[in-house]
Amino acid sequence: MVDSKVVLTGQTMAYTFYCIVIILLVAWFAIKVTGKGKGLAVKPAIFYTFVGFLAVLGVSLHLITFNTIPWAEMDLNRSDYKPDKTFVIKVKDHQFIMPSEKLVINVNDKVLFDVQSEDLTYGFGLFRNDNSMMFQMQVVPGHRNDLLWHFDRPGVYTIRSTEYSGPKGVYMILKDAVQVIPANTTN
Amino acid sequence: MSFIKTFIDGEEGLFKSDTLTPMQKLTLRFVVVGLIYFGFVVVEGMLMRLYEVKPLPFITEPQFFAILTAHPLVGIFGSTYSIVFGAFLFLVPFLMKKPLWSIKLGNWTFILVTVGTFIFWFAGFISHYAPLYTLYWPLPADFKQFSVWGGTFFIAGIALVMVGSAFFVINIFKTITYTPEGWEKQPSKALLASALGITGFKNLFTKNKKEHLVTLPVAAVARGSVDVALNTAIILFTGVLILVYMVAAILGFDLKSTAIDALLYKNWFWWGLDLIADGLVLIFVAGTWYLLAMMISGKPLFMQNIARAALLVELVVSWTVWSHHLLSDQAQPAMLKVISGEMVTAFELITQGLAFFITLATLWSARPLKMTNPLKFLLGGLLGFALAVPAGIMQADVGLNRILHNTQWVIGPHVHVAILVGLTMTLYSAIYILFPILTNGAKVYSQKLVNVHFWCHLIGGIGMGAFMGMAGLKGMLRRSIYPDGEFNLFMILAAVCGTLLLIGFLAFFYNIVMSVGLKGVIGIFTPAKNKTKDLLPA
Repeated sequence: MVDSKVVLTGQTMAYTFYCIVIILLVAWFAIKVTGKGKGLAVKPAIFYTFVGFLAVLGVSLHLITFNTIPWAEMDLNRSDYKPDKTFVIKVKDHQFIMPSEKLVINVNDKVLFDVQSEDLTYGFGLFRNDNSMMFQMQVVPGHRNDLLWHFDRPGVYTIRSTEYSGPKGVYMILKDAVQVIPANTTN
Repeated sequence: MSFIKTFIDGEEGLFKSDTLTPMQKLTLRFVVVGLIYFGFVVVEGMLMRLYEVKPLPFITEPQFFAILTAHPLVGIFGSTYSIVFGAFLFLVPFLMKKPLWSIKLGNWTFILVTVGTFIFWFAGFISHYAPLYTLYWPLPADFKQFSVWGGTFFIAGIALVMVGSAFFVINIFKTITYTPEGWEKQPSKALLASALGITGFKNLFTKNKKEHLVTLPVAAVARGSVDVALNTAIILFTGVLILVYMVAAILGFDLKSTAIDALLYKNWFWWGLDLIADGLVLIFVAGTWYLLAMMISGKPLFMQNIARAALLVELVVSWTVWSHHLLSDQAQPAMLKVISGEMVTAFELITQGLAFFITLATLWSARPLKMTNPLKFLLGGLLGFALAVPAGIMQADVGLNRILHNTQWVIGPHVHVAILVGLTMTLYSAIYILFPILTNGAKVYSQKLVNVHFWCHLIGGIGMGAFMGMAGLKGMLRRSIYPDGEFNLFMILAAVCGTLLLIGFLAFFYNIVMSVGLKGVIGIFTPAKNKTKDLLPA
């Protein structure tokens, strides 16, 4: 599976390119609209082409991400998948209550995280050692909060609450709580 | 003129507050208070940014989160609502060529928004009530973490702002539809239908097309005001709900927070809050762009009928996009995530893109234009939304939201760039164009300071959003603290940009005070000697 870091890199490049283009476009417009020249009416055809372009862009963005970001389809249809492992994690009084001290996962496992809040709305996210986020979800009390993830490479991850739940929520961190190891190490 | 004389009497002594009509005074009061609250927000933002780099000894952690709670609310209600309400209470009668329906009600809006904002800000300051504006249930009713008394005053302050907002909506619609004394009877129903877009919609299906009775900017204000009204009802209801829990706690009863479904509450709350972020802001901004483009260019608006229709589409879209805030809520139905959260939200790219194009095309038809202050700030505002809307569309995606939700990306390139660069620069453009009209011909003290304000605000706003966004892409969460300084590089760079924003704001504020003089500023708040209902002196 494509790592979420790769997706972020692609997004960064696309958005940065767009920002440069739009800033240059507005700067060009500012120079031209105040420079020498005659005011001309813009042809409606240009306008309708632009509207069509926006419509295609808006829809195609989601179609492209749905077909290229691997977890998107898996997430929406997660009930159709059979997880290799399921971890039930409870959250109460700003504490993650884990099924075991470390969650050990084999490479290539599809893992379901079922996180249940008994009081407030929290978040549940996995973070790499360089602090970048691998994924997150909201943890709403009284509802099923389940996330299926395919781990395709070894790694050590920190669990952190990704939703504000009062000042205490900042410290809801379990360092290196998830370990993904090659399959033959545990079998 | 000496510095002291200019400071007291204003630039060339041109501003005479005695000559102002009650309507001019009302609008200027809104603007002054809105700018003061904007100053609050800038200072709060800087304090929080510095705290993110290194905790400040004079701010405790609960206080940090109390500032974080008040910051967006002071920005939206205290600053933006004040300036927008003031401008539109003047512009709607100005464009309709008749007096405001009730100056008294306008004054009440001013008092309630000003006092309400101060009460909730002060309640947060004293009690550290900090559930954040999201108020995820049952966080606001969690009295183990927050003072119930602080929360009661906090919510009461918000309620006052909402009552003021309701008065604003009533005043706008009454002004559009009423018949002033001595006038020929106005077709109130037809005016209302035109303002809300019903006439335009019917025209699509009939041969005998009716003319639009209200101008496009008035239609924009009316349609945005529909979202103000709906938002007011939602926030008031929510406030009353929270107050019930708080009053019960004060009386010694512990009401069960599980009685309210957390996900339903979240849907309800975001539906209401999105009426601001994805509703009235976008509609009001588009309407303001159109008005500014017409005033600056002196030309009719390009594709006027399409622009009108787009405003109606934007209104309907604003009622149906809230699910993009719940893409990371796994219990939220997938159908709502895809249709409301992704597809309908993508319409905002079209409606805002359309407004962007129409505004530029209108300006283009009048070239060569002079690079006036309203024009340069308008272009800044257009750029702000051109940067911020696509950033929002990207995070409103099931796949990308999984790795962007609640990071600094959301609040940086999307929210801060939209508000600081897009919205605020549009408002500055409106302030600069209305300044001579509202002050009966006062002159701006220093053009150099205007330029300092422009460049500091533009570079500071975009830069701050960019560095917050970079931190977000590296995993930095919003509404959090990193005591080990994991993201210090980005936060320091964002703080530098924040300093530019502060310098820009100080330059602007100083410039305005020197333009109208201290006597003039005080005079704005004294009762008007001219008792006319007219907008401008005869």
